[in-house]
Amino acid sequence: MNELLRRYGMPLTALFSVLTAFWLLILVILPYIYLFEESFRPYLPVTEVGGPNDTYSLNNYLAAFKQPSDWKLWLPLAWQPLIMPVQAPIHVQVFVHTILFSSLTTVLAFVLTYPIAYYLAKIANPKNVPVLFLLLLVPMWVSEILRAFAWFIILALKGPVNYGLIGLGVIADPIRWMTGYNSVILGLIYVYLLFMLLPVYNAVQSLDTNQIEAAEDLGSPWWRTHWRVILPHAKPGIASGSVTVFMLAAGSILVPTLLASTNSRWFTEVIYQWMFESQDWNTGSAYAFMLMILCTVFVSVVMRLFKVKLSDIAK
Amino acid sequence: MNNANRSNWLFHTYMIVFLAYMLLPLVVMGGAAFNDSRFPSIYPWVGFTDRWFVELFQDGRMWLSFRNTIFVAIAVVAISVPIGTAAAILINSLGGTTRSLLYGLMVAPVLTPGAVIGISTLLFWNKIGSGLGLNWWVFSAGLHLSALGQASFISAFVMLLVLARLQSFDRTLEEAALDLGASYTQVMRRILLPHLYPAIGAGAAIAFFQSVENFNVTLFTKGTYDTLTVYVFSKVRSGITPTINALALILIAVTIVGAIWYETRRRRNERRLAAIVEPA
Repeated sequence: MNELLRRYGMPLTALFSVLTAFWLLILVILPYIYLFEESFRPYLPVTEVGGPNDTYSLNNYLAAFKQPSDWKLWLPLAWQPLIMPVQAPIHVQVFVHTILFSSLTTVLAFVLTYPIAYYLAKIANPKNVPVLFLLLLVPMWVSEILRAFAWFIILALKGPVNYGLIGLGVIADPIRWMTGYNSVILGLIYVYLLFMLLPVYNAVQSLDTNQIEAAEDLGSPWWRTHWRVILPHAKPGIASGSVTVFMLAAGSILVPTLLASTNSRWFTEVIYQWMFESQDWNTGSAYAFMLMILCTVFVSVVMRLFKVKLSDIAK
Repeated sequence: MNNANRSNWLFHTYMIVFLAYMLLPLVVMGGAAFNDSRFPSIYPWVGFTDRWFVELFQDGRMWLSFRNTIFVAIAVVAISVPIGTAAAILINSLGGTTRSLLYGLMVAPVLTPGAVIGISTLLFWNKIGSGLGLNWWVFSAGLHLSALGQASFISAFVMLLVLARLQSFDRTLEEAALDLGASYTQVMRRILLPHLYPAIGAGAAIAFFQSVENFNVTLFTKGTYDTLTVYVFSKVRSGITPTINALALILIAVTIVGAIWYETRRRRNERRLAAIVEPA
């Protein structure tokens, strides 16, 4: 702080501090505190706010545990849910599905993009790389909603996939693709894939190619070179990509709303329902807080697992 | 060698398949904009038409939401660029625990789902309003809250860009200027800011695009107003017509033209640079 005063003087230092304080206090910390506080209050008509009924409780969080029904667990690639022998509240089921399929999306996004990241960084002719990136980034510039909408058209009952398959004689009647979570996963991967590719590419690219050659010269088979040399070096990039993709997938509203059916809901859709269909902002806050906790837990698990710092992730 | 060639061939093939996977959905979506079928699709090709474009341009709601999107984006740039720059300069002069703590707080909104940011912004301003007993529009949902909510995480992008640029800044220049009798504002305007301009420019561009793209924060804070993403969303939900495809195609075309322009400019600069470095 003294350093700042010495260089820029009192007025400018004050300006920097005020702007930063406005951001962190008014835009970030206080809203989060209000969210937290409101999530423990009951939803009351305006006249009763501050009255005797306005007491703190865990009721909003417990709302998630109401409405038990058959535990229908959707498995990846399944067309029908697995009926488990136990009952579970519907919102808990949705929460579990959201975690499960966001994690799956993250893993698949990495598996699909790692070869591309490696190819762009180490194999492709450096002259072609800018053009390849230009082509790859076109979907990124087209907004999220249009990327999801493209898959909505492709998978529609009267869409090109069904007509194509019928034309080829593979199927006789159109298939309803948007049932269960498969179409959601397809959409999430397509929409958020590039957020994995870019950090992983940057990390692989920063590896000295001599290290790869040294490993090969010493007789390391290709898979060991990747496992022992390239992947460890790319760890911060993988961590950064995973956190971004998981957070975007779990927090997505567009993709699940467009590509899911009524039997496959996403946690954000439940939050939206509380907020604007039930107009119950308090329970909405409680649910939003749970989503935030989920993402925080995921970030810390990844940081622990990959042994990286926050500054490695946020690049 | 043979082995390496074969694996390279595999990589090339995978790259092509991957590119097709990334781009074909956009081709399908864009192509459907010209198909004279009420449901957007390309396969049963009914006939070529431009009526979806005509309908799109006649849609007043689209133009209104387009205007709103631009307003919000400009507001977000105006809020997040000064904040991000100030925060980067501030944090760069700090060290130790204070720095890590502030850094964590600044990065946290980037790692928070948009829905959470949207709801907390909405709640906060509402509660302030009812706490003060004021019924002003500032305290209820609207595009100004969307801009504030978006700025809360977009500022972090600007901060990260400026902070990275500050690492290559030679601080002795400031010392020299101060020793030579420059005032504080002169040091700021003539020495520090010119060095940061590339990062600030990139930050402003990113802020603008992030704001235009934003859906999650906007959905929870927008009140009764529409931005372009929300407009498309409600269109898709209420009854799909190929006008959305027409809009998508226009956006894709603008993107590609912009990208090609950027790429040719980059190449020309590169060639110019090469010509300076190695005079023929």
